[in-house]
Amino acid sequence: MNNLIPYLAVSTILFSLGLAITVTKKNLILMLMGLELMLNAVNINLVAFSKYDPNPEKGQVMAIMVMLVAASEIAVGLAIILKIRKFYNSVDPEQLDELKN
Amino acid sequence: MKFQEYLPLATDLVFYIFCAVAVGGAFYVLMAKNVLYAAYGLLCSFLGVAGIFVFAGSEYVAASQIMIYVGGILILLVFGIMLSSGKKSGKEYLKIKSRNLTWGLTLGLALIAIMTIIISTIRFDFKQKLASQSIKNIGFSLMTDQVFALELVGILLLIALVGATFIAKTDE
Repeated sequence: MNNLIPYLAVSTILFSLGLAITVTKKNLILMLMGLELMLNAVNINLVAFSKYDPNPEKGQVMAIMVMLVAASEIAVGLAIILKIRKFYNSVDPEQLDELKN
Repeated sequence: MKFQEYLPLATDLVFYIFCAVAVGGAFYVLMAKNVLYAAYGLLCSFLGVAGIFVFAGSEYVAASQIMIYVGGILILLVFGIMLSSGKKSGKEYLKIKSRNLTWGLTLGLALIAIMTIIISTIRFDFKQKLASQSIKNIGFSLMTDQVFALELVGILLLIALVGATFIAKTDE
């Protein structure tokens, strides 16, 4: 594929779907999945544009960095979600409405 | 028509199949009624994106996409689903409830429309020849020019590991 437009289109659609998932779902794990989809969409853009860079390693290293940041984010996020689940007995963000029990 | 003339067409077809797999998996995550099935949709989406990376000419990023996302993040998510579904909540736990699904879809479609307008108005003017890419170049770059990113990610991963262990430990 030497045209840039299909990459941008796929990335746009993935980002919008990730945003819709993050906004609508009443489940913290699903919201994390939406975040991952959005990060993936950004990665597609980085890699697609790096094709036209004189030294394409920059964009690819940036994409790998985004991936590792996503990995650490999911590790910490899941730990927090497990704590929330233990404390509130639910992973519905609408029920997390008390600060002190 | 000889075989060589079919080849670009077939390449485009495979690329669009990967695009369809990525978008379809993401759409299934939006529409799924079960958390575990949503994780499988996410798996399809990640694999499709890995294929798109291959077509964008960066095989190393595709391999690390499969290793990190499919082998790490998705497994972690499935572990999270299994650990946070207890007997107390019953079978209803795996059900996904959505709130304002129509408004969410409207938001997504509006974003797609805006981005489509932006993409169609911008003229990308790439005159230069495509640079040759190889995994060797990425290795050299990681050890010379981009070494700061490497160190930063290493420290970040260490902090995330320690933090996740600290948060998830049981209070005695």
